[in-house]
Amino acid sequence: MEAVLDNLDFYASGVLSTVTLTVASWAGAFVLGVVVAAFRVGPVGPLRAAAATYVELVRNCPLAVLFVLFFFGLPDAGLTLPTYTTAVVVLSLYTGTYVAETVRSGINAVAAGQAEAARSLGLSFTQVLAGVVLPQALRTVVAPLGSLFIALIRNSSIAFTIGVVELTGTTSQIGNRTADYTAAFLAATTAYLLLTLPSGIAVDALERRVAVKR
Amino acid sequence: MVLDKVNKWFDQLHVLRDIDLSVGAGEVVVVIGPSGSGKSTLCRCINRLETIDSGSICIDGVPLPEEGRELARLRAQVGMVFQAFNLFAHKTVLQNVTLGPVKVLRRPKSVARERAMDLLERVGIADKADRYPAELSGGQQQRAAIARALAMEPKLMLFDEPTSALDPEMIAEVLDVMVGLARDGTTMIVVTHEMGFARSAAQRVAFMDQGRIVEVAAPEQFFSDPETERARDFLSKILAH
Ligand SMILES: Nc1ncnc2c1ncn2[C@@H]1O[C@H](COP(=O)(O)OP(=O)(O)OP(=O)(O)O)[C@@H](O)[C@H]1O
Ligand SMILES: [Mg+2]
Repeated sequence: MEAVLDNLDFYASGVLSTVTLTVASWAGAFVLGVVVAAFRVGPVGPLRAAAATYVELVRNCPLAVLFVLFFFGLPDAGLTLPTYTTAVVVLSLYTGTYVAETVRSGINAVAAGQAEAARSLGLSFTQVLAGVVLPQALRTVVAPLGSLFIALIRNSSIAFTIGVVELTGTTSQIGNRTADYTAAFLAATTAYLLLTLPSGIAVDALERRVAVKR
Repeated sequence: MVLDKVNKWFDQLHVLRDIDLSVGAGEVVVVIGPSGSGKSTLCRCINRLETIDSGSICIDGVPLPEEGRELARLRAQVGMVFQAFNLFAHKTVLQNVTLGPVKVLRRPKSVARERAMDLLERVGIADKADRYPAELSGGQQQRAAIARALAMEPKLMLFDEPTSALDPEMIAEVLDVMVGLARDGTTMIVVTHEMGFARSAAQRVAFMDQGRIVEVAAPEQFFSDPETERARDFLSKILAH
């Protein structure tokens, strides 16, 4: 217990690091996912194929393997990034595949007549997607996107394996110093739950707020 | 608008066969025919929601382009009203009507809004401008959809069974709006089985069967004394109800 109480400030900075890592990666994953979903339903064949390939390849790899691969692979390819940035890239790429599939399912759930009416007004493909289809698609997938966000909070802990000192990394150091890993990680578990459980409640509230009446 | 020998297949199915049809400015043509005869497909081809396999469709002498930006621009010259209304569910009635003018015609928002309110006034639902489609009755939704199409100032309006998803008392309010448009000289192609509308608003009736336009006649002539056996047969069936 003392191991925890003596290190509250370390935990606080670990939580902060996990939050920023999650938020930055979510921004990347969301933008990437929406763009990739748009490519997958779009009229350009090569973009469709590229988007499908990316989703299938990245989604079917273990996240820890991707972390290590990028950690060593990027410098070997001549791109040296701070470890934290590498973690944001990996988490964005990985979560982006799930966002893309979720958004695509939302797009497919929008009635075909909505896009037809928009096309018949003379809107371009991009305008139809951005102005009519996506706003409705995103509203229908708030709940599954929320689940992805919460999964991302949990997955961000794997950044610890390449040396990012977020909540899990901090906790490991505390465990090491105090030799009480059980207490240290019980506190970390509590901290993760304090992040994930309220996020779930927030997602529910958001879903109710943006629901489209039919 | 002129259709010349238009043909369309869905795989093996020959849905439009050598369709020739010309509609002059200000003219109203009612298209009638049994289910599956290709009426919706005809409308969708004129608006290029479907591609055609041969023949040509010209508006003001300009053929419809194949794809891309040019097509989107020309498509805006043809307004389409759907059986299922297809109002944008996440936008208010007013936003539905201003979307096209702002995004496609690049009208300033205030101008588009003013004009949209005039149109909503004209179709009798100005008081619903800030409502969402789900809060409107079917008849009100369809009138909003008509306003949305009119807002693009199209050269031609297509109506694909605009009243067949409506309860009887709402049919009249939509048909009234359409009769008003016809009186004001709007060029219209209307797929409908509403004979009252055809009689009071249309110059010609085109009867379709199995992908062909079998007969074109003035409404009085067509309903009282159709030339073809198929049309007689069809009329006796719909009159039986
Ligand atoms: N997207 C499609 N793919 C394949 N076949 C289609 C498609 N759309 C329509 N068809 C077929 O084409 C034929 C003509 O259909 P269309 O909808 O134009 O008929 P319609 O005259 O409008 O009928 P209704 O009065 O029932 O609306 C039908 O046999 C229909 O099954
Ligand atoms: Mg039809």
